[in-house]
Amino acid sequence: MSATFQGSKNYVASEELMRSVNIAMALQKPLLIKGEPGTGKTMLAEAISEALGKKLVIWNIKSTTKAQDGLYVYDVVQRLYDSQFGNEGVDDIAKYVKMGKLGEAFSADEQVILLIDEIDKADLEFPNDLLWELDKMEFYIPETKETVKAKQRPIVIITSNAEKELPDAFLRRCIFHYIEFPDAEQMEEIIKVHFDKVEEHLLEQVLETFYWIRGLYQIQKKPSTSEVIDWIRALQLGGVDVERIRQEVPFAGVLLKKNEDIDVLNRYLR
Amino acid sequence: MFTAFFYLLRSRGLKVSMNEWMTLMEALDKGLHQSSFTGFYYLCRSVLVKSEADFDKFDGAFLEFFKGVEFEGELPPELMDWLTNPKEKPGDQFDMERAMQNEWISQAEIQKMFLERLEEQKEEHNGGSYWVGTGGVSVFGNSGFSPRGIRVGGEGGKRRAFQVASERKFRDFRQDNTLDTRQFQMAFRRLRQFSAKAEEAKTEFDIDGTIRETCDNAGKLKVVYDRPRKNTVKVLLLMDSGGSMDYYSRLCSMLFQSVSKSNHFKDLQVFYFHNCIYSKIYTDPQLRPKSVIPTDWILKNLSSEYKVIIVGDAQMEPSELLDGSYYNYGVRDNIPGIEWLTRFREKYPHLVWLNPSERPYWGGWWAKTYDIIHKDFDMYDLSIDGLNAALKKLMVNR
Repeated sequence: MSATFQGSKNYVASEELMRSVNIAMALQKPLLIKGEPGTGKTMLAEAISEALGKKLVIWNIKSTTKAQDGLYVYDVVQRLYDSQFGNEGVDDIAKYVKMGKLGEAFSADEQVILLIDEIDKADLEFPNDLLWELDKMEFYIPETKETVKAKQRPIVIITSNAEKELPDAFLRRCIFHYIEFPDAEQMEEIIKVHFDKVEEHLLEQVLETFYWIRGLYQIQKKPSTSEVIDWIRALQLGGVDVERIRQEVPFAGVLLKKNEDIDVLNRYLR
Repeated sequence: MFTAFFYLLRSRGLKVSMNEWMTLMEALDKGLHQSSFTGFYYLCRSVLVKSEADFDKFDGAFLEFFKGVEFEGELPPELMDWLTNPKEKPGDQFDMERAMQNEWISQAEIQKMFLERLEEQKEEHNGGSYWVGTGGVSVFGNSGFSPRGIRVGGEGGKRRAFQVASERKFRDFRQDNTLDTRQFQMAFRRLRQFSAKAEEAKTEFDIDGTIRETCDNAGKLKVVYDRPRKNTVKVLLLMDSGGSMDYYSRLCSMLFQSVSKSNHFKDLQVFYFHNCIYSKIYTDPQLRPKSVIPTDWILKNLSSEYKVIIVGDAQMEPSELLDGSYYNYGVRDNIPGIEWLTRFREKYPHLVWLNPSERPYWGGWWAKTYDIIHKDFDMYDLSIDGLNAALKKLMVNR
């Protein structure tokens, strides 16, 4: 086994997550990451790329994204225009074939990290359309009669928010990891990575309050890591008295984004 | 190698395929479990299980398969001493292959072997595969690894993996109640009718148009774009809610989820009724008075191009369907339910009835309304096959 992933200085990875990443890399299979919003799914790819010193290629998936977009785009219109004016190189179809993100990752000389972000946003059939490409790490361009084959199999990270179920055939080819919401101990570590110094007492109060709010079952949108980090920043800037944090939850709007949730919190605080 | 585990997982309802199993074998070959039992647990889980909803099932099966039984009999004191304070610290490293041979030893045999060994053993043993000791792969001792065996004193070395597995912390995720709506959603794909008439921006390259225009333009290129073809299907979903339908609420919400997740319809309207459609219809499934709207509004405002899906068990008091005097949530209705149903059928040529229930096999009185509705409506089971057939029916002109 070549390089292994041990987390990076800006990203605290749990032991299980590191295991999964290393398993996926060794087996050369895509790693499918699921988890609550705000558990750092997307950040993971960045951390791996940083830790291993490899380039990161990000393919953001939208509801309109087609599998083809990731492979290549053939710009017919440009070619037609060029042919009108007898521009040079019109005969060369390859000039008008532009690689998509997947194509870019395959044709890179060095091994890259390919992040397919939020794959569940796309159409139902989307993952199935990529089975062959991800399995064989190659695709064929009929226009140029050329096969693009990965020089170095990229490390593929796929994230999903579970908006749609993914097809079984696709799942069978992946290594799966579910990022659990960090417990207080891990959260402390994560916070310390983001802040140079946080007062111990403040941190203690913040975490206690934070997990208490998360535990309220009426809360519809539970606050996550990024919210707690913003909250600490707000508390520090606001110079709030530490003792008031648990009693009054100042700047609750940073933690809770829904009016209903803030109402719930206020009911508890009264 | 421990194929029985594969079958145990499958019998516990995990959809582990041959491919994934082979991947696991490959991974073990490459030593990705890092010769540790905890590593082995995570490796199995990440390769074999593809949804956090299945983690709990996996944990359960894993415990069942790998957990040894504790030995509770009397032990010679010096043996206990060796076991609790071993001279060598056991690592997390085991000869997995040797250990796996223990898989087939029965519990009774282990008991017998253990008693024999107690007779023979005169010194401390750590590691190895035969004696009672620590950190080995024999079927007894502690801090060791064996798929079957007796733990004697100390703490189980496999403990960490078991601790993780036995916390069963994914129990909440276990979703025997999550509906896999994928197949339903795929069925709804059938409801497609493409047309370029939709009011969309012209973004699609029109080859024929471009050639024609370029020719007319004396060979000077003139690029033409066209509107992309869009699905024009509009859907009206009417669902029976409450009462006898509660038995089928899971199935119905599965249907509802798949319809609402299908974002390819031009329009989707959902309304609810109780037992049968009367002069009032509801916009929420709880049938709250404030969500009421007149049924006439639908008939007047939703054009006949809507494809209508009625979901209901079609079983009610015959008078609820046939009499005009049904007392409907505070409104006395003079028009019988069957009349309303007929109005829908006449207005909407594309209409199917999905029924989550079967015709009551005892027939007679209970089946009366079922039979009446079945006679006049295209009725299908609410199942994958039934749905497919119904949606096919919706796409053709009768």
